[in-house]
Amino acid sequence: MSTSKSNPNPITKFLRWFFYRARGDSPFKTILIHAALIIASVIAVYPALRVVTISLRPNDTLLTTDLRIIPENATLDNYKEVLFGSPEKNRTSDFFLWLWNSLSVVSVTSIISMILAAISAYAFSRFKFPGRTAGLIFLLTTQMIPAGMLLLPLFIMLAQLKMINTALGLIIAYSVSSVPLTIWTLKGYFDTIPVDLEEAALIDGASRFTVFTQIILPLSTPALAIAFLFSFMGGWSEYLVARVVLQKNEMFTWPLGIFTYAQQFTVSWGQFSAASVLIAIPVMILFLYSSKWLISGLTLGSVKG
Amino acid sequence: MENQSAIRRLLPYIYWLVGIFAIYFLLNYLISPFSSGISLNLKTVVARVKEIGTFLVGIGLGLGLIEAYFYQIFFRQPSNPTTRIIMRSLQVVLGALVLLTLFAFFEITDLYRLGDTFLATVIHIPLTLFGTIQKALLGAGVAKASAGLWSGLVLSLIIIIIYGVIHLISIPRHSRLGLAYLLVLPALIGVLFLIIYPFLFEIKLAFSNASLGTQATKNAQYGLIYGWNNLVTLFTGKVAKDARFFEVLGRTVLWTVINVTFHVGGGMALALLLHRPMKLQGFYRTLLIVPWAIPTTIAAMALRNEFDSRYGLFNILLTDLNHWLTSVSQGTVNIIGIGNLFSWLSAHIGPVSWKQDPFWAFVSILISNIWLGIPFMSVIILGGLQSISKEYYEAAEIDGASKWQQFVSITLPLLRPVLTPAIVLGVVWTFNKFDIIYLITQGGPQEKTDILVSSMYKAAFQFYRYGFTAMFALVIFVILFLFTLFYLRITNGLKSVSE
Repeated sequence: MSTSKSNPNPITKFLRWFFYRARGDSPFKTILIHAALIIASVIAVYPALRVVTISLRPNDTLLTTDLRIIPENATLDNYKEVLFGSPEKNRTSDFFLWLWNSLSVVSVTSIISMILAAISAYAFSRFKFPGRTAGLIFLLTTQMIPAGMLLLPLFIMLAQLKMINTALGLIIAYSVSSVPLTIWTLKGYFDTIPVDLEEAALIDGASRFTVFTQIILPLSTPALAIAFLFSFMGGWSEYLVARVVLQKNEMFTWPLGIFTYAQQFTVSWGQFSAASVLIAIPVMILFLYSSKWLISGLTLGSVKG
Repeated sequence: MENQSAIRRLLPYIYWLVGIFAIYFLLNYLISPFSSGISLNLKTVVARVKEIGTFLVGIGLGLGLIEAYFYQIFFRQPSNPTTRIIMRSLQVVLGALVLLTLFAFFEITDLYRLGDTFLATVIHIPLTLFGTIQKALLGAGVAKASAGLWSGLVLSLIIIIIYGVIHLISIPRHSRLGLAYLLVLPALIGVLFLIIYPFLFEIKLAFSNASLGTQATKNAQYGLIYGWNNLVTLFTGKVAKDARFFEVLGRTVLWTVINVTFHVGGGMALALLLHRPMKLQGFYRTLLIVPWAIPTTIAAMALRNEFDSRYGLFNILLTDLNHWLTSVSQGTVNIIGIGNLFSWLSAHIGPVSWKQDPFWAFVSILISNIWLGIPFMSVIILGGLQSISKEYYEAAEIDGASKWQQFVSITLPLLRPVLTPAIVLGVVWTFNKFDIIYLITQGGPQEKTDILVSSMYKAAFQFYRYGFTAMFALVIFVILFLFTLFYLRITNGLKSVSE
């Protein structure tokens, strides 16, 4: 330590090193920060881990006041029953059916809304046309309409078109809700791509279509991925709209499906937890993996405006 | 040579196909011993793929035809006066047909009812046309199973032929703005049909007495008096079962303010902690956004479980804390101040009934929503922090500014472009966010944890008061709209947005 010359006492030296530094954080502060972050991380993760714990508990000890993460006599019985049904109870498993229902509806809606949003975001970003600003503000205003508010007219509309209880009804109900915000995000991102690139390509004789598909889309992969992820996640775990549109058990998406575990005569928390873990793990891996992109995309959109 | 490159070009697709089939057979092999217990089967999958495929083809075809129509308006012009008449009249006819279809759609969805008037016949022309083609096809025995699909295809073929005619008799024209409008059009159509139209429909519904008794809109009466009645019921009567409007409004404001305060405060704290060069930063960040990454339904249901009075996490912890406090108070009973303090604490801190007590039920949904919402805010704020240049802080440090002064005069002002939209959207979302409430307490006990939107949901889908719900929804919308205008006015937040 360079400051030790004036003060040779090792304890003072250590204290000074520990509590005070001209540049950067002192070890004391670093420890405090890490402690705070560890506590916050535990609060963030522990409730999620509890779901895993409950899913591993054997059926006779589901209700305990035990706080350990890996329970005693851990078993995979709940997973087996959720995935493949239980012949003893003469019950078949709807798990894959729910997953398929969700997946087919949500992937189609995300793709539709992505295509719609990407195309018009490009127009909003690159062309100056009468009604552009008005259109952007208008899109933002639609975000003020609560989703729950449009549910009733949508429900009546779908009922008139005889689309209640169909996958198409749910697709229609989901597909546009995320479009306005996606347009905003993508427009913000497209704005950051230099126009020179396109102009050079246009001079070389490329068409607008080529410019869009060969230059803009590849360059905005992160933003597109985020927008897709957002609209996918939005629909993937949506409960309230699906509750209204779908009424038959074989049409249920997984949020409705796992809710039936909680509504049965004896609440099956073990199976509910097992199903939750099976559904949440892939989504969470995807989400956490893309979190870096997520941060860049979100802030680019909002900072650039 | 040519042949070989074709194969090489197709190779990726072949790999994909082989991969998909391999996975399919592997899954089949793994699952087949259990397949008797699984209700999903190939038939369901194929039926769904067909259904969605037909739908997508229909949507694509429809949008394509509309785009082509506008393309010709923007980019083609007639070559001479004779063709001008033919071309414009064809376009007018097509446009009229589309408009009529739109009006017919409005009638089918019960925006208005025309009955058997002349107007109705006119509006139904496209539908009659469609029906005729369908009948003709059925009569010819061409398509039995999906006559609707086939007649749609025939109809679009006719329209495409008309487009072809127009194309032949016209010459290209330059249009500067045409492309922009063509690009915006599909999204605009989507938004108009699925956001604006339902919104207008809701306004209409608000002035009706539609309910389960009137079979939704079938026998509903419309008129200003019904709207007035709905409004009076809303403000003076019961909004769901027992709850009253202003009580629920107050709770909603409380819910929003507490949530957003904690989201922004907690998010800011975490972002500031994370925003520094240190080890394990990525690790912490990953752990901290876990609540956001969990699907909401699962998180809500899991938390509901944790609020169980005996076996839930919170009461287990509170019971342990209570035992500890009791033992300490017994150990320190002779030390006057501390002994009394701990016995007082042990008498007051202990397990609570999260489900029965309205106050604690409200606290439980607040805890849940705060836990779920902080990561999003911290990610947004962290992004904002990273976009602030370090030079500002270095300059401030040279001038001798303290950390707090730096935070107030550098960080906060420069975070504003990020914070303003985040707070506005946060407030609007929280105000409307009731899936947590619905899944954890279902508004109970005695609707003491309902907020406006969840009461509205109940009014619509538990009590089937459709007209009333529509008016309720409009009032909520007005409240939110006024808030946003007010907030943007005082923070000048839209200044950067409009450019």
